[in-house]
Amino acid sequence: MDFTSFLIQLLNSVQYGFLLFLVASGLTLVFGIMGIINLAHGAFYMFGAYIVWWLFGFTESLTLSILLGVPLIMLLGLAIERLAIAHLYQRDHLYQVLLTFGMILVLNECQKIFWGTDFYSVPVPEVLSGSIPLTENQVYPVYRVFISIVCMLIAAGMYLLIQKTRLGMTIRAGASNREMVQALGVNINWVFAVVFSLGAGLAGFAGMIGAPVSSVYPGMGDQILIISFVVVVIGGIGSIKGAFIGAMLIGLADTFGKVLVPDFASMAVYATMAVILLWRPQGLFGQSAH
Amino acid sequence: MSEPLLTTERLGKQFGALRAVFGVSLEFEPGVVHAIIGPNGAGKTTLINLLSGNLLPSDGRIHYRGQDITGMSPDRISQLGVGRSFQKTNIFPTFTCFENCWLAAQSRRPSSMRFFRPARRLADVEARALGALETCGLGERRDTLAAEMSYGEQRQLEIGMMLATEPDLLLLDEPLAGMGSEEATQVIGLLRRLAEEHTLILIEHDMDAVFAIADLITVMVNGEVLETGSVEQIRNSAEVQQAYLGVEEDEV
Amino acid sequence: MFRTSLTTNLILIGLLVVLAALPPFLGIYYGNLVTRLMILGIFAMSLDLLIGFTGLVSFGHAAFFGLSGYILGILMMDTETASIYWVLPACLGVTALASLVIGWFSVRTSGIYFIMITLAFAQMLFYFFNENTALGGSDGMFIFAKPTLAIGSWNPIDLEDHHTFYYVVLVSLILSYLGLRRLLNAPFGQVIQGIRTNEDRTRALGFATRRYKLVSFIIAGTLAGFAGFLEAMHTSIISPAHLGWHESGNVMMTVILGGIGTLHGPVLGAFAFGFLHDWLQDVTQHPTLYMGIFVIAVVLFLPRGIAGLPADIARWLRRKPPGDGGSPP
Repeated sequence: MDFTSFLIQLLNSVQYGFLLFLVASGLTLVFGIMGIINLAHGAFYMFGAYIVWWLFGFTESLTLSILLGVPLIMLLGLAIERLAIAHLYQRDHLYQVLLTFGMILVLNECQKIFWGTDFYSVPVPEVLSGSIPLTENQVYPVYRVFISIVCMLIAAGMYLLIQKTRLGMTIRAGASNREMVQALGVNINWVFAVVFSLGAGLAGFAGMIGAPVSSVYPGMGDQILIISFVVVVIGGIGSIKGAFIGAMLIGLADTFGKVLVPDFASMAVYATMAVILLWRPQGLFGQSAH
Repeated sequence: MSEPLLTTERLGKQFGALRAVFGVSLEFEPGVVHAIIGPNGAGKTTLINLLSGNLLPSDGRIHYRGQDITGMSPDRISQLGVGRSFQKTNIFPTFTCFENCWLAAQSRRPSSMRFFRPARRLADVEARALGALETCGLGERRDTLAAEMSYGEQRQLEIGMMLATEPDLLLLDEPLAGMGSEEATQVIGLLRRLAEEHTLILIEHDMDAVFAIADLITVMVNGEVLETGSVEQIRNSAEVQQAYLGVEEDEV
Repeated sequence: MFRTSLTTNLILIGLLVVLAALPPFLGIYYGNLVTRLMILGIFAMSLDLLIGFTGLVSFGHAAFFGLSGYILGILMMDTETASIYWVLPACLGVTALASLVIGWFSVRTSGIYFIMITLAFAQMLFYFFNENTALGGSDGMFIFAKPTLAIGSWNPIDLEDHHTFYYVVLVSLILSYLGLRRLLNAPFGQVIQGIRTNEDRTRALGFATRRYKLVSFIIAGTLAGFAGFLEAMHTSIISPAHLGWHESGNVMMTVILGGIGTLHGPVLGAFAFGFLHDWLQDVTQHPTLYMGIFVIAVVLFLPRGIAGLPADIARWLRRKPPGDGGSPP
């Protein structure tokens, strides 16, 4: 592989890794703070993509569609949290898995009912549709770089939120000791609702901004969900830092896997997971005994 | 003086910046009832967890019968003859008393990787389980579900399960926790009987019980050993009174 | 610990008699359906061994179900016929090996990590078959030739005959149930039930719990492989979907629906789930939607499943105040 191809794949890995990070961070936050494993998390990603495609039909603007779409997804997240997730707080993981599995069935079917089973595409905005020349005859799409930059800004924003604000402090405290936070008088239900909606919004946004690149199709939520699980397991449950590193690792494994071992590309991701778990069963930044 | 059964050499455990146990070097002689006392947070339960293999030491070594057992898993330590009872009742709530002791007794079989013949046919296991039940006073309650018993009975079962593993060394973490005086008297009697044929390491807050059955007392404060001595010695030690007993008397 | 009351035993025998007597009354369609549900019952019991009796929530159990079917398909690809006396052990052997490998990695973790890792390994196998064009890719493959029980020219049981196969499956179901019962009453079964109830304490008693969990995982995986073998024999097709997480989720659902940790409950769950799915496919364009709602409802309202219903109803009846003249619920 020559240097330019390597660079292109590297850029692709980073872009994919960033999108994965947005989805996985929601998943790991929800589990770390609320103790809930939410299989339907991928549905937010999927609905994000579909909603942006649908809104684009009216607005003809990706930006506007995203601006309108993110609050919608967060509302959906809030509704699901209040109606279904709130019943799971004291329950066994088994029941959480099953209930959210049932939700996937329902949400996937709803998607088919609303928008059918075709593949849809969302065009890249004009201003971002150019290419950056890398060599004489190889270029790299501006939009993909744009995605990486936006995700980086969001990741930085999340870091600031979690590390520097009161809400962030409450979230971190809740992640280590839920009961204590409640005992201190914080309305834990409100915190949970915020965290869940935030997670949903992140996943939805990832679906929206990634839509021009990945297309919009049924089952896209399931695919990204499983990979996000791998990211969360590798990074350690509850750790945003872990989710970031895990997402980048998986971005690399998947992208380079497709190029180097195309017949076993999908397995490359799981092989990476197996190797890391062999070394650290609780993930890179996870806590040892839960 | 016989060989000590268990020794610790500068044993320590750190949780991040917190030194829960530090520099603990103790010797436990066979047949001796050795109590460990100290205020809350002194590191007593951490020490027991280190001895039973539930926690990995940060520093130091542990030797049992001359063998280095530092870092061994709890199941291997149990197989060596070290029994453990827990401060927070740690039984099988959905099993009957008999089934609780049964599983404990079955652990002494060479292997439980047996898949065909019914377990209940193992006469030696049954004998061990019933024996343990009788010793801890729950013979009448054998078919009662553990979850349906009173707190005191559950504490008795806690000890019974330990006994069913036929240990030589008993690690008892607050066996009298939460008991009323009548129940406590019974358990103290049980511990006295056990002391005749076993070595005991006992964490307790109930000072009457400690003074009644202990041969040796170690006082721990802030993760370190303050003093070790006979009952008389500890009772009369000004240091200990100041650090621990003195505080208690003021509070009474 | 696992025990069944006399009433339960009698009811189970009764159900078996019904199953044995059914075939003359069922047409081809329902005969096949009931055969399939009995196979799913075996699959569900194998998962109950893990979830209900060892406390291991595996979300990748379908991997073993599907893998076994693929091994059958591969072995039968270029032959007209083969002897089941080596084909079946081969399928089970490969499945057991896979469960050993996956189990070895997985039992080093617990709780949520275990759930996610078992899911991820199953996905690995799913993609392996999904992207393997030699084995039919996402469409899977047909299994035209089937192994037989023939020794020389003597064929004691014709497995191609659906009627006969029904009874073969019924006997398999009974043997699997009895085998698992034996296992649960044996020393091994005592230990895994201890692990499920309180793993820490089981370890403190001197059992190397990780080893027992691994063995349980292997037994459950192999039994799932047996079910998968029967399924592939029955339907003559195998596809990646058999390894997919929807399949894993569905079988988990049947275990909950039937009642975890009862052993017979999951079989009841398989039947209830199967008939529901069959009926929904007839009456609506969107059966998955209603299945999803059903799953959610069961989790919220019926956590102890069908097998727990008699106890739940009894408890509910006892709550009614005396003298309350039977007001409607």
